[in-house]
This record gives sequence, C-alpha cells and structure tokens, in this order.
Amino acid sequence: MIVNFFETIGEKTLAFFRLLGGLTGLISQAFYWTFIPPFKKGRIFEQAKRAGIDSLPIVSLIALFIGIIMALQTAYQMQRLGSEMYIASIVAVSIVREFGPVVTALVVAGRIGASIAAEIGSMQVTEQIDALQTLAVNPVKYLVVPRFLALSLMLPLLTLYADIIGIFGGYLICTSKLGISPTMYMQITFDALLYKDLFTGLLKTVFFGMLIAFVSCYEGFNVEGGAEGVGRATTRAVVTSFILIITADCFFTALFYFIFP
Amino acid sequence: MAEIEIVSLKKSFNGNKVLDGVNLKIEKGTTCVIIGRSGCGKSVLLKHIEGILKPDDGKVFVDSKDISRLNSKGLNALRMRIGMVFQGGALFDSLSVAENVGFGLLENLCLDEKEVEKRVKESLGLVGLAGISGFMPSVLSGGMKKRVSLARALCIKPEIILYDEPTTGVDPITADSINVLIRELHDKLKTTSVVVTHDMKSAYGIADKIAMLYQGKIIAEGSPSEIQDTANPVVYQFINGLAHGPITE
Repeated sequence: MIVNFFETIGEKTLAFFRLLGGLTGLISQAFYWTFIPPFKKGRIFEQAKRAGIDSLPIVSLIALFIGIIMALQTAYQMQRLGSEMYIASIVAVSIVREFGPVVTALVVAGRIGASIAAEIGSMQVTEQIDALQTLAVNPVKYLVVPRFLALSLMLPLLTLYADIIGIFGGYLICTSKLGISPTMYMQITFDALLYKDLFTGLLKTVFFGMLIAFVSCYEGFNVEGGAEGVGRATTRAVVTSFILIITADCFFTALFYFIFP
Repeated sequence: MAEIEIVSLKKSFNGNKVLDGVNLKIEKGTTCVIIGRSGCGKSVLLKHIEGILKPDDGKVFVDSKDISRLNSKGLNALRMRIGMVFQGGALFDSLSVAENVGFGLLENLCLDEKEVEKRVKESLGLVGLAGISGFMPSVLSGGMKKRVSLARALCIKPEIILYDEPTTGVDPITADSINVLIRELHDKLKTTSVVVTHDMKSAYGIADKIAMLYQGKIIAEGSPSEIQDTANPVVYQFINGLAHGPITE
C-alpha cells in the first residue's frame, strides 16, 4: 500500500512535469509561428467570434446573477451595520478586481477550452493533423496561433462586458429593493473604482486567455485512442485550465497587491 | 539512386519495436505495394517517407535527400512533391470538398482563386467526382472520402503518391474501382506510388513490386508473380490468408 502511494505520487509528479515541458514547447512554437508569414487574419476573427461573441449570452447570464448575488449578500451584512451605502462600492470593486476576470475565464475555459480540446483531439485521431503536415502546413501555426491570439484578445473584452453586466445586476437589486437611488448608486460605483482596479483586472485575463488556449490545444494534440481519448483530453483540458487560472489569479493578486498597493 | 530509399529504419513506440531495420528501394515511376498484417507498422513506414515521423535510427532518402536532415522549409518543399491518401480520408471536417482539395495550393502557393478552382475541378474530375465541390465531408460515403482525399493529393501535382490502405472499409466494387483509378493515374501521370495494404487482390492488380513487412523488417520483395510463387512460409500464409502457419503459431 505504501509502495502504491509513492508510485501514485511519482506518476502524478512525472505527469505534471510532462505537462509543463509540453506546454513550454507548445508556447515557444506558437510565439515563433505568430511572427512568421503568411498572416491569415480571417482565422483569428473566426476564432474571436467563437470565443467572444458566441460566449456573450452565457457570460451575460452568469455576470448578471453574480452581481445580484453579490448585492444581496453584501446587503445582508451591511444592513446590520446600517451601511447600505457601501453595497455599490463593494459590488463594483469585487466584480472588477476579482469576480469579473475569474468567472469569465472559468466560463470561457469550460465553453471554449473544452471545444478546442475536443476539436483538435478529433482531428488528431482522424489523422487530420497529419494531413495538415503532408500539405506543408504547420499545425501549430494553423490551429494554435489563431486560438491563442483570439482568446488573449477576447477574454479582456468579455471581462469588461461581464464587469458592466455584474455592476448592473447590483444596481437592479439596490435600486429596486434596497431604496438606493440610481444616481447615487452610479456615483458611489464610479467613486469607488480606480483605474488600477480595472487595469489589473483586465491584464490578468490576457494571461488567462493564453492559458486556456495553450492547455486546450496541448491536450487536443496529445489525444491517444479514439472517442474515449477525446473525452478524457477534454476533461483534462477543462480541469487543468481551472486549476491554472485559480493559481495564476492568486499569483497576480499577490503581485498587484505589492506593485500597486 | 532509387527515388525512395529506406536504410535500416528503426522506430519504437513506448518500448515497442514497430520498425526494426527496414531496408527498401522504390524506383522512380513504379508502384510499390507494401503488404503486412494490421498493426505491423506499414502506416508508420509511410509516415516516415512523408517526414511526419522521425526515425529512431536509420535514414529515409527521397530523391537522394536525407529527409531527417532537412529544415522545415526544405521539408515543406519536399512535401509539396508528395501527395498522401489517408486510410479514413482525413478530410478537414470544417471545410467543403473544394476547400479540402484546394487546401495545399491556397496555403502554400500564390495562385489566384480562379486557378485554384480550375485545379480543384481537374483533380475532382480525375477521381470521378466532378459535381460534389460544395459538399461537406460529413455527407460523403467512405469510398467518396478516399477519392476526395486522392483528389486533394493530386491537386498539388505530386511526383510521389502514398496510399494508406486505399481499399480498406469499402465494398468490393468500390475497392476495385479505386484499384483501377490508382492504375490509371499511375499510367497517366507517371507518378511513383507507394501503396500500403493487406488486400492481396488490390496488391496484385496495381503493383510493379510487392514488399512484405513482418516483425519490423521487409522479409520478401519482388514482382507480383514472384511473390505469388514464394517459398517463404510466412509470405505464403499471408498472401493465401491461411489461419494456420508460422505467423499465427
């Protein structure tokens, strides 16, 4: 049993370093091929549409509910202290600094990351990746570069949109149920928000976008077996992206805390 | 030197030796059929000729060039001279038949759309599928996918065509029509063809030379008649499809 325990730890450690090595290789290749012509903008726009515009409904729904939940939960505490006026600022700062970026990244990882891993994984098992190579097309340039550029561009924009919708969710509750006037809610929101809140919130989503793209493409390229392998790779892509997003968020929050105190 | 020369090629996957010193020469303008049991490494051998897989040991020369020494530019230039027909077609799901067939040209050559369209029509015409340009791969039958895959390979006007099990998984009539097509294209375009198959009827119908891959090595090679008259018990069992013999013992 002890041997099994150490075997499992050894296997997991090796798998982690394999992932790290593989991701590093893929990232360096992707950056290299980004600057090698020809540049096909159409592919980036296509991926940007899939990741950005097509994600708007789900991001809207989740951001709105998070805004509403945040306002209600904050109201529960603030009403005890008679400080309802702070609800707007707490909602705005929490959403713009933390919930907007992280929740949007997790939604995109679940929706787009899974689809990237499944699509590239299916291409792998049906030899379409080999077919690309036989037609003198580099798979990293053709598949990874447009996805990573699109995601690192669209995730900040989606986050900005989610921030606005989330604040609107808080506004709905505060103005309709808690007796705060619309003008006052907006004034408190704008007074509470600083440029650095918005900047740090959006900056980290650029990295989250890259993380989702690279992890999902990596898992797709490394599919083994048939449909079952594609399913496993899709699960791994989403789980790994979630873990890395939360870990990176923790790192960025600490970093920004010290850089922009 | 032969157009394709494979020297002491070795390849293993996860410690499992798939190719264990393959030696084979394929002359320009001939059709070489590589036979062997499923999973014996025939497709792996083809992928080495395309440079998709790198040898663990040994060399693959195409037109006297050692392909493992080529840089990515050189390898891509070579790949534009080699067309490959995949077992399942390997058509790009998200692209129409015409986009699939013209893919190599659009990505690599600065041709205008009309020229590409003309070449796509020509290639589809050669494989007898002139009217299906706008179809998506998902609506095509297995045989049609293989033909479109062949059209895609032909569209770049290759000097060498590699076929990975072109008749597997299709009905006998479609299989025979694919054999006829391979023979006709070979006669018309004078290409060098390498066909991997375990369909002996197909092998006898199209080959100038047959080579048998067994336990990671080429154990026999010769003309179809020489292979049919073989004294090698392994080859004899395989070509006659016998359940009992040295392969299964």
